[in-house]
Amino acid sequence: MAIELKMPALSPTMEEGTLAKWLKQEGDSIEPGDIIAEIETDKATMEFEAIDEGTLGKILIAEGTENVAVGTVIAMLAGEGEDVSEIEAPAAPARDADAGKDEVAGEGKDVGRKDEDGSITPDKPKSKPKSDPAVPHGTNMATVSVREALRDAMAEEMRRDERVFVMGEEVAQYQGAYKVTQGLLDEFGPKRVIDTPITEYGFAGIGTGAAMGGLRPIVEFMTFNFAMQAIDHIVNSAAKTNYMSGGQMRCPVVFRGPNGAASRVGAQHSQNYGPWYASVPGLIVIAPYDSADAKGLLKAAIRCEDPVVFLENELVYGKTFELPELDDHVLPIGRARIVREGSDVTIVSYSIGVGFSLEAAEKLAEEGIEAEVIDLRTLRPLDTATILESLAKTNRLVIAEEGWPTCSISSEVIALCMEEGFDHLDAPVLRVCNEDVPLPYAANLEKLALIDAPRIVAAVKKVCYAE
Amino acid sequence: MAKTPASATKSAKSDPKQPSESLADFALHSLQDEHEKQKRYDASPEQMLAFYEQMLLIRRFEERAGQLYGLGLIGGFCHLYIGQEAVAIGLQSALDNDRDSVITGYRDHGHMLAYGIDPKVIMAELTGRQAGISKGKGGSMHMFSTEHKFYGGHGIVGAQVALGGGLALAHQYNDDGGLCLAYFGDGAANQGQVYETMNMASLWKLPIVFVVENNQYAMGTAVGRSSAETEFYRRGAAFRIPGMDVNGMDVLEVRGAAEIAFKHVRDGKGPVLIECNTYRYRGHSMSDPAKYRTREEVQDFRDTKDPIEAMKKILLENGKTEDDLKAIDKAIRTTVSEAADFAENSPEPEAAELYTDVLVGEY
Repeated sequence: MAIELKMPALSPTMEEGTLAKWLKQEGDSIEPGDIIAEIETDKATMEFEAIDEGTLGKILIAEGTENVAVGTVIAMLAGEGEDVSEIEAPAAPARDADAGKDEVAGEGKDVGRKDEDGSITPDKPKSKPKSDPAVPHGTNMATVSVREALRDAMAEEMRRDERVFVMGEEVAQYQGAYKVTQGLLDEFGPKRVIDTPITEYGFAGIGTGAAMGGLRPIVEFMTFNFAMQAIDHIVNSAAKTNYMSGGQMRCPVVFRGPNGAASRVGAQHSQNYGPWYASVPGLIVIAPYDSADAKGLLKAAIRCEDPVVFLENELVYGKTFELPELDDHVLPIGRARIVREGSDVTIVSYSIGVGFSLEAAEKLAEEGIEAEVIDLRTLRPLDTATILESLAKTNRLVIAEEGWPTCSISSEVIALCMEEGFDHLDAPVLRVCNEDVPLPYAANLEKLALIDAPRIVAAVKKVCYAE
Repeated sequence: MAKTPASATKSAKSDPKQPSESLADFALHSLQDEHEKQKRYDASPEQMLAFYEQMLLIRRFEERAGQLYGLGLIGGFCHLYIGQEAVAIGLQSALDNDRDSVITGYRDHGHMLAYGIDPKVIMAELTGRQAGISKGKGGSMHMFSTEHKFYGGHGIVGAQVALGGGLALAHQYNDDGGLCLAYFGDGAANQGQVYETMNMASLWKLPIVFVVENNQYAMGTAVGRSSAETEFYRRGAAFRIPGMDVNGMDVLEVRGAAEIAFKHVRDGKGPVLIECNTYRYRGHSMSDPAKYRTREEVQDFRDTKDPIEAMKKILLENGKTEDDLKAIDKAIRTTVSEAADFAENSPEPEAAELYTDVLVGEY
């Protein structure tokens, strides 16, 4: 049977092209891979290659013809034993209406995506986050720093699972740039506590690949500022692979380290990446405040089958908090915590902002305003239910975030309140964020740029119409 | 001050500035010398026939993929492996598939086919169907088979090299005797993370074989216009990684190099860098201006250096007939046609698949 040779599409935008030149003539025998013709558009030239063997029968479109529509039969190819002269040209083909629908040229091509396809999407399944496990009555409470809580979480998980290891700059011999990995080398040895060169992109990739290969890496960044060098692996390699592989390829890696402003270290070392990572589907993002959450959530993160970005805070490392002395203190990912109950207003925060919020709540209480303080703990997936339930109770909400205001977790919470909590609002939701500037070095300017309790107090008074 | 200062104490490691035994032993050419002694692998007739069939399957599959693209059945990017077949077949035929892992970039169809993975599920991924190996969610550039220890299928140029370093770390950590074969192109060879990985891989003696598939062009940029050192096999020298310069158009030479490199790595001597000099006949992706090289150049490779034609010649000299080979070609064409029909007629993913596989756990 004769084979129809059709005008091929050679670019994302191509609807028609010029048949520049026939390189084979009628009667020529054709081998697969032979270049039969040259096709041109205003952007590109393509060689039209034979797939099948045979004899070139009738040429239906003469060379030099412009505006040949994609899909037009341009020639007929006779198979073995067929008489070239008897091949008939087909009727004029219908043009593929979808071919080349994009306006802008690119390397790729937009096909098969019909307009109506995008309009109706199925409901996104929702899951209800689990509650914190109850702490048994009479459990001893130890006073532990966040630094120690994080270290103990890693050590316990390393004892529990041989696949867990830590890698990063200065994590082993130096005992951690911020001493979070102190003592791990002694207990677990250099195979499982690995000092890396200063090479964030490289070791983030190696950690991610090791997770793909079945291990449970904890990749420490000396600070998340340096993880900017490695963000491609966090976002493109770790977060997306499970989806792109149709669920075949897991990536159970934890990226952890201090995040946000430290003290007087200047603009390049003082940034909150919470909103950056929380915008990426496929990642879990955790930013705890106190020791119990730091330990319970880091243990959960290490056991998690998904890639986790675990954001700590240098200024909180040394703070001590009560921590239940349990054999296995693991907390649920994706669950916020009400750290102070109140009825007049809700203050939503996370990480170091929780401390400022609690301080503000105490001041407000002195003035007769009872604030409920929510620690988000997990930034992705966000526990929207806890926020909305609190809003339904207090009808007023302020978000306190040690970070820039634009495209922030604060913006996200405000959007949530508008979309799903509008009927409960008695006042606009306000956000208390850092000033929208790179963080300055000078002590006075730095203080001016960062959030603090008085600013939260002022915002709360505003939404309570108390000024 | 960008980093907290490191400990001032010197490590117990010997001073690298000191001319020592380790420096004298550092023979970057040792593997190349061994390769020069006998470049081509002494394959059995059955092996040669298998190489031929596997390379031809890739060629025919890719030709059909190009055709389906032209017909609008494949969208987006589609990077064909035509011309480079000997590289994947020569290297992967030497693997121990129970232990070893492979990772590559976005030009990945050939590497999948080299495993004997069903062409149907590969073609169905290209057409974005539920039956595709990634359920239609990955596409041409993102195909994986954890069953075969094939880890993709990565779209960011050079990222697979660092990920491959991680796979190698897992082999070493688990002491499973496996190695990782990490492919990248001459374009990716200029990415910084490739060298970050080489440094750590050599430092930690990771079981990894770095393979530069030098097809002469990074998209449309010839190697000489993008690379100060175009002899890519030399680029491991700064990290004490021995290099091998291999004709990537000859499947037997590639296989011969693989034997030497894999042995070196399995002996615990650390990574090897193989440069396979090859050529891609088609454009970088499908829309390619074809203005950066001459037709004569492409034709010359096709006519005089084609890996499949070269193997065909050997087979004919060894007693196979034209008819034998025609029958093979016919069977492969049938397989590919069936794969194309399957890929065209399989249903698209269910709409509910939009939300599956984002996360593994429920939170």
